[in-house]
Amino acid sequence: MNAAHIQLDKHGRLLHFLTIEGLSRRHLTDILDTAESLTGVAERRVKKLPTLHGKTVVNLFFESSTRTRTTFELAAKRLSADVLNLNISTSSTAKGETLLDTIRNIEAMQCDMFVVRHQQSGTAEFIARHVKPHIAVLNAGDGRHAHPTQAMLDMFTIRRHKRDFANLRVAIVGDILHSRVARSQIHALNILGTGEVRVIAPRTLLPAAVESFGVRVFHDLGQGLKDVDVVIMLRLQKERMQGALLPSESEYFQRYGLTRERLALAHPAAIVMHPGPINRGVEIESEVADGPQSVILEQVTNGIAVRMAIMSITLGNHAQPAEARG
Amino acid sequence: MLDTQALLHTLSERVRALLAERAVVDPALVGIHTGGVWVAEYLHRALGLTTPLGRLDIAFHRDDFGRIGMHARVHPSELPFDVDGRHIVLVDDVLYTGRSVRAALDNLFAYGRPASVLLAVLVDRGGRELPIQPDAVATRIELAPGESVKLSGPEPLQLVLLPHKP
Repeated sequence: MNAAHIQLDKHGRLLHFLTIEGLSRRHLTDILDTAESLTGVAERRVKKLPTLHGKTVVNLFFESSTRTRTTFELAAKRLSADVLNLNISTSSTAKGETLLDTIRNIEAMQCDMFVVRHQQSGTAEFIARHVKPHIAVLNAGDGRHAHPTQAMLDMFTIRRHKRDFANLRVAIVGDILHSRVARSQIHALNILGTGEVRVIAPRTLLPAAVESFGVRVFHDLGQGLKDVDVVIMLRLQKERMQGALLPSESEYFQRYGLTRERLALAHPAAIVMHPGPINRGVEIESEVADGPQSVILEQVTNGIAVRMAIMSITLGNHAQPAEARG
Repeated sequence: MLDTQALLHTLSERVRALLAERAVVDPALVGIHTGGVWVAEYLHRALGLTTPLGRLDIAFHRDDFGRIGMHARVHPSELPFDVDGRHIVLVDDVLYTGRSVRAALDNLFAYGRPASVLLAVLVDRGGRELPIQPDAVATRIELAPGESVKLSGPEPLQLVLLPHKP
């Protein structure tokens, strides 16, 4: 059994959220619809719901993050959960404690949900296999493998602007090879029935047999952007880039950087997305990142509602087995 | 057999009378998803109100999340008016335990402080578990535990009696 299977119970309900792979369109649209109804909360005077009152959510980050951890924290707090933020890279593991010992100790503090980010692929799944049955595990990014909540907030942002996935051309541009975000996005776009998913990157930044993921491959940015409705730029992952995959940042920008001139090749109503943090002048020019077609900051806002949705759905499914429902 | 159209008419007349008695001018109607919204839409037309209709989804305010988790279908809540100082008529299709109304009041107060809240329901089937009572009701019926009544819709609106589930 892999991550795709252990995240579902025997009735096919989400218990954990580890990867997009293996989920049905219904799973994804349920998350998007629930998130849609949660966006209104931010417009109320009291930006808080009682749904997870009395639950404890632990943000277990073995790799640094600002945006993801903060929006998970805010999502949990808006659902009235208590939140514990643990930055493990600077703590127990430095003292030699094993991952399982760390988990057992936090479990002993009676928590209900782990939100896990780790530089190694499969960590969230490993934890999901070993935690007590009442605990839900959410993957907040594991190695190069998956970043499913990011992909869902991107789908949410696309759906809010473009509605129907079937007629869309979506291009993902940049460092696909190192990107867990791109992997999760490609799965989600295909499950939602996107008309055409393109990846645009130099050969050195594409995984082997990338076509098998259900994408069209372009090596030329101009060609790849032609008529697309959504442009998703990826960050050039400097910290993951060892060895000579690229000549230089400036040369990368010349060939793959998103400029206003290049964006003009896409559909006039195309939106520009980026999971952040952006490297201005490396993969995207400031004028585009801050321009009228950019929805980069909306993505951040949407991340809160989407994470609230995933938290309430998974913890809700732990509440009672399906057979006991009417 | 329940005559749904006649009951809707009765409810609108009772709400009209109640608003006159309380001297409430320009009330705001708020329906509870999904059946309550349908009834509220009918009342809104019948009473010729100008303030746009509000819709509340109580899924995130329910008191049984810890037992049964999320409900499958959640709708966005929208209150397209300022709640502060407003006279509000909260509308639901069937009043039973009172727990939905409690959750709806909880949700409503997250938007502001209304001047007053009246409760209008199409059917009161008894069985209250909380100190919540309707101000306007079209009919009261007796049902055995396990039996239920629900409003199907939106077109046509029809009250349906459901027998005891085994």
